[in-house]
Amino acid sequence: MYRYDSYDQAMVDARVEEFRDQARRRLEGKLTEDQFKPLRLMNGLYLQLHAYMLRVAIPYGTLDSRQMLMLADIAEKYDRGYGHFTTRQNIQYNWIKLEDAADILADLATVEMHAIQTSGNCIRNISSDHFAGAAADEVVDPRPYAELMRQWSSFHPEFTYLPRKFKIAVIASEKDRAAMRLHDIGVRIVKRDGEIGAQFYAGGGMGRTPMIAPLIRDFVPIDQFITYAEACLRVYNRYGRRDNKYKARIKILVHELGAAEYIRQVEEEFAHLLSVGVEPPREELARIAAHFADPAFVDGPKTLDRSDPDFALWVDRNTHRHKHDAYVSAVISLKPAGGIPGDATAEQMRVVAKLAKDYSFDELRVMHTQNLLLPHVAIRDLHAVWSALDAAGLGAPNMDTIEDIIACPGLDYCSLANARSIPLAQRISERFAETGRTEVVGELKLKISGCINACGHHHAGHIGILGVDKKGTENYQLSLGGSEAEDVSLAKITGPGFDEDGVIAAVEKVTDVYLAARTEGERFLDTYRRIGMEPFKEALYGQ
Amino acid sequence: MKILTGNDLRSGAVTWWNGSGWSLFVDDAVDVGEEAEEILAREEAARRVNVPYAIEASIDAAGHVRPAHIKDRVRALGPTVRRDLAVPTADKTGWDWVI
Repeated sequence: MYRYDSYDQAMVDARVEEFRDQARRRLEGKLTEDQFKPLRLMNGLYLQLHAYMLRVAIPYGTLDSRQMLMLADIAEKYDRGYGHFTTRQNIQYNWIKLEDAADILADLATVEMHAIQTSGNCIRNISSDHFAGAAADEVVDPRPYAELMRQWSSFHPEFTYLPRKFKIAVIASEKDRAAMRLHDIGVRIVKRDGEIGAQFYAGGGMGRTPMIAPLIRDFVPIDQFITYAEACLRVYNRYGRRDNKYKARIKILVHELGAAEYIRQVEEEFAHLLSVGVEPPREELARIAAHFADPAFVDGPKTLDRSDPDFALWVDRNTHRHKHDAYVSAVISLKPAGGIPGDATAEQMRVVAKLAKDYSFDELRVMHTQNLLLPHVAIRDLHAVWSALDAAGLGAPNMDTIEDIIACPGLDYCSLANARSIPLAQRISERFAETGRTEVVGELKLKISGCINACGHHHAGHIGILGVDKKGTENYQLSLGGSEAEDVSLAKITGPGFDEDGVIAAVEKVTDVYLAARTEGERFLDTYRRIGMEPFKEALYGQ
Repeated sequence: MKILTGNDLRSGAVTWWNGSGWSLFVDDAVDVGEEAEEILAREEAARRVNVPYAIEASIDAAGHVRPAHIKDRVRALGPTVRRDLAVPTADKTGWDWVI
C-alpha cells in the first residue's frame, strides 16, 4: 500500500500545527464559531448532536495493522471506546473534545493518516472497490489511480471551494462494488487493445435528487487521466449553481445542461488543458503503482474442511474469490444481529489488526457497506481467522443479506437527521436472524437513511428506508428496486409512510411477496424487476 | 416554556441554561421567557457555548423538563441506541419520554 514520502508527511504535519493554532484561538475566545467552523470542517471536525465528531480519511478504504491499532488507541484515549465505519470507507468518532482534536490529528499523522477534506465543498476521500488488488475479475488494481487522484485533489487550490462537496469513485472491473455511478465522478479503469485507460461517468449522486451518472467518455488514455478529471471539475467549478445549495451538485449541472452539452464543454476544456500540460509525469504513476505490488502469494491448499456447518456458512457468505486460487478475501461483518451497523470497539479493532498482520499481508480494507475486509487470506488459514473473528463477535455470516444493513447514524447522533436509522436496523436484523429467514431470503440489500441527504444510500437499496419528520414524530418511507451495482437503478417509493413498528412489518410483508413470487435462483431485486411494484403495493396497502 | 440549549465549546457536550450558567442536565433548564434573545446574545458573545438557541419545552407532572422536539429530547439524554453512554440523570421515568 502507499507510503508517504517526506513531502506528504511534511504537508500533513504542517496542517496539524496549523489546526492546533486555530483550535487554541477558538478555545481562547479569539475566534467566533462562524470564523472557526469552516476551519474545523476542513479538518473533518463536525459538531453533532452530543459532541464534536471527527471523520478520519481512509483513502480508498485501505489501511494496515499499524493504522488500525492507532484508530483503536484513539477510540480508547479520546473517545468512548468505539468508532463508526462509514459508507465513504472512513471512520468517525462521536465523542471528541475540541481541546483534544489537534492531539488526535497529531497521533494520526504518526501513522500517515489525517482528516483533511473529509468535509467541506472540496473533493472528498476517493473511494474504490474494497476487493481492489485481490479480485479475480479486475483489469488492474484501481488503487494506484485512486491514489494519483488523491494526490492531485489534496489541497488543489482551484478546487478547495467548489459549489458543493465532490465525491469520486475509481473501480477497475465490470462488477461495481463501489456504487461508482452514484458518484459526482465515477471512473472505471479499462483495457482496450492492450492499452490502459479510464472510462468517465459524471453527474451521479444520491441525496435529495438522486441521479445515475451518464457515461461522458468511453476511453481516456491513462496518460491524460488527471487532465480529463481536471477538465470535468473546471466546467463544474465554473458553472455549478452557487446560488442554491440544493442545486449545487454536479448532477444538477449535468442534468440542466444535458449530458451532451456538458461533454462538449468538458472536451473543449480538455483540449485546452492538454496544451497547458497539467498531467503528472508517467514516472509518478509508476512510483505510486510500485507501492501496490502484489504481496508474495504462495501456493497452498485450494479446498478446506467444511465439516463445521457454522464455518461453512461463513465461508459461503463472507468470502470472495481471489485472483490467486490459494487465497480468498474475507469479509468481517460489523453487523451482528441487533447490533449497530459499522460500529467497532477498540478491542475489536485490535483483533482485526492482529489478523491482518498474521494472515493478510498486513492489509485491511473498509467496505462502503460498513464492514471490514481481510483482502488476502490463504485458504489454509481461513478456519483460524474465522475462529478469532467469531470469538470477537465479528463472525456474523451475513454479507449481502438482509442483516447486512447500511444505516446512517440518524437522529441518534446526527444534527441533520429527522429520524433514527439505527434502531430500525437493529430490529430488522434481529427479527430476521431470530426467525431464520435471512438465509431463506438470500441476497437482499437493505439501506436506511435518517434524512434526505441519503448517507445510508436508501435510493440504492433493494429495499430502502428513508426517515422523515412528520409533525414532530418519526415516519419512514419505504422504497423498492434500487441497486448501487453494475445493474444500477434508483429505488421507487411504495406509497404512504409508516411508523417504526409499521415499517418493520412492511419489510416482512415485502419479503413475503418476494418469497411467494420468486423463481429458481432469483434475487429479491430480480423478482421485483420482473413482477413490478404492484404486488408489493397490494400487500402493503391493499384492503 | 422557553429554554436555552447549545453545545459546550470545549467538550461539545449538550448544555442547558440554568439561570446563571450552563448545566449538563436538562432538568436544570429554566424558563427564560422574554429574556431569551438577550441571554443568547450575551452568551454568544461570551463564546463558552456553541450556537446557543431557544426551544419550546414543558414541565411534566413530576417536575421534569421535557423539550418539545424529538431532536432536543434525544440531545437531552444521549443516543437511544447507546443508553450506557447516557447523560446521568435522576429521572426515574428513564427513556420513555424521549421518543
